[in-house]
Amino acid sequence: MALLEVDQVTRRFGGIVALSDVSLELEEGTIGGLIGPNGAGKTTLFNVITRMYKADSGRVVFDGRNLLRVRPTRVIRAGVARTFQNVALFPSMTVLDNVLVGAHTRVRPFGDRTGKALARETLEALTLSPLADRVVAGLPFGTLKQIELARALVSRPRLLLLDEPAGGLNHEEVGELGGLIRRIRKDFDLTVFLVEHHMNLVMSVCDRVHVLNFGQKIAEGTPAEVRADPAVIQAYLGTDSAAA
Amino acid sequence: MIGLPRPLYTALKLAALAGVVAILAVLPRFMGEFRVGQFTFVGIYFIALLGLNILTGYSGQISLGHGAFMGIGAYVTAVLTLGRKGLVLFGHHPPHWLPLGDGMRPALTIPIALVVTGIVGLLFGMPALRLAGVSLALATFAVAVSLPTVAKRFEDVTGGGGGLSLPLPETPFGLHVSAPHWLYYEAWGCAAILFVVAWVLVRARVGRAWRAIRDGELAATASGVSPALYKTLAFGVSSAFAGVAGSLLAIQVAFVNPDTFPLSLSILLLASVVVGGLGSLSGVIVGALMLEFLPVYAQHPPLFGQSFSKQAPGVVFGVVLILIMFAVPAGAAGLLRRIVRPLTKPVPTVSD
Ligand SMILES: Nc1ncnc2c1ncn2[C@@H]1O[C@H](COP(=O)(O)OP(=O)(O)OP(=O)(O)O)[C@@H](O)[C@H]1O
Ligand SMILES: [Mg+2]
Repeated sequence: MALLEVDQVTRRFGGIVALSDVSLELEEGTIGGLIGPNGAGKTTLFNVITRMYKADSGRVVFDGRNLLRVRPTRVIRAGVARTFQNVALFPSMTVLDNVLVGAHTRVRPFGDRTGKALARETLEALTLSPLADRVVAGLPFGTLKQIELARALVSRPRLLLLDEPAGGLNHEEVGELGGLIRRIRKDFDLTVFLVEHHMNLVMSVCDRVHVLNFGQKIAEGTPAEVRADPAVIQAYLGTDSAAA
Repeated sequence: MIGLPRPLYTALKLAALAGVVAILAVLPRFMGEFRVGQFTFVGIYFIALLGLNILTGYSGQISLGHGAFMGIGAYVTAVLTLGRKGLVLFGHHPPHWLPLGDGMRPALTIPIALVVTGIVGLLFGMPALRLAGVSLALATFAVAVSLPTVAKRFEDVTGGGGGLSLPLPETPFGLHVSAPHWLYYEAWGCAAILFVVAWVLVRARVGRAWRAIRDGELAATASGVSPALYKTLAFGVSSAFAGVAGSLLAIQVAFVNPDTFPLSLSILLLASVVVGGLGSLSGVIVGALMLEFLPVYAQHPPLFGQSFSKQAPGVVFGVVLILIMFAVPAGAAGLLRRIVRPLTKPVPTVSD
């Protein structure tokens, strides 16, 4: 059975149908890609899965549980962690404290040695340890994205949602990102769902790719299949999006 | 930023703290009773500002009604100290269902004031969750405005506009110190305990949760931190602190009436917390000193041989506040979020 099953999810904003009857499945242990032109509904789907947005209809089943009945603050306990398209860290706090907030559900209220150890271990895994005591505000953008990743990983999720992890990174950093995603999938035993505009990255790391356009799912398949799909090519050619 | 390694920085902070404790412990030996009383007030304000800083500095919620929460603590202490007998003696008619004894030792009412005010704060915090920024400020403002009216309305317990007079303070337990000295040590003893409580809280999981919801509610929620829960908790904790401050104040002045906790007190408390530094526990002492002494010196400036009007303290407070906002680039927005914390700002390690 799939680890994540999105079943006919619809979400409207006024007249806009951001998600229209979207269905897809993610197998445990795989890296799934979610692509589509700007405004296709990718972030909205992540927001529905993590309960930041309500769905108008449909189901999201994670590990046999309907996530749409789980409270937003409980999603992480269920085993789903995420990063944000526009980096949402706690700027006035240190790197270590940011990551410790990510471990909120795993640490005891007082005297949380285990939590600190967990956080330090996670920072180490992302080679962020030297920055542990630095305040987040003012750090370079690429580093912020890594800290956000650490904050998501520290909860030891089963499913990790990455919303444009390559956005704003330089060429070299994007190159390293692919290897990093594969490494954390293995080391942290993850299933990854990846929203990305960087097609090279998507094609190189994803096992399966799902394509949205104007809120509708228009294609699904291996990277090679999706790249050759006429509907996908049409969707990208029909916009200014520099991709494919 | 100064490039001190973290352990050295921590050691310096601890040394400074030990120094302050030592000074406070011996201070009353070197001054007259009036001065001792002033420093008792500093201790009382210190407690109130600790609580307000948890609310505003850490959890990022604004309160213009903190003086009212102090007022609740003060009334709890006054009513319990007088007891049913005392109230009746002064011609009041407390309702029968109120669990009033025959009067308690003032010091023993402090923990009760803490609990009662804490619960009131929690109850207030729950509906306040729906509010943020300006509307929250207005709601707390409303509490401050309505406290005197409520106190007058429930005259049978609160003594109405005439207030309640407490027995003059005396030293309990047969201790050999004068009453003003006892009050000083009582206030600063509570301040020390609550400082440690605040210190532990802001470094624990709850403290991180407070700062996280202040910095970004969405990301906090995604991390499993419930903004509703932690905002309410912050209201509860900060009101409990205010309750203790109010209780001590009632004991110190041996009198409470609706005007003991005017709106201006609430506003000055907020100003002092900003002056001391939002999100900085050590800065609170600065705010407390300023709150007690600035009104005195602004009205009667030393070396000036002339007194200013009663409005002077407010003006000086305003000017100092503006200077601070300019000096700290986070500016007015930082008043809600992150006026940087000059004293507790973590320093980068040199090890890398
Ligand atoms: N909170 C909201 N209120 C109103 N409309 C919204 C909201 N969130 C998303 N939308 C709309 O839903 C549609 C899908 O937006 P979404 O952010 O999911 O796109 P996306 O695929 O993530 O695009 P991008 O690649 O630019 O990030 C857009 O038309 C957007 O304007
Ligand atoms: Mg998006």
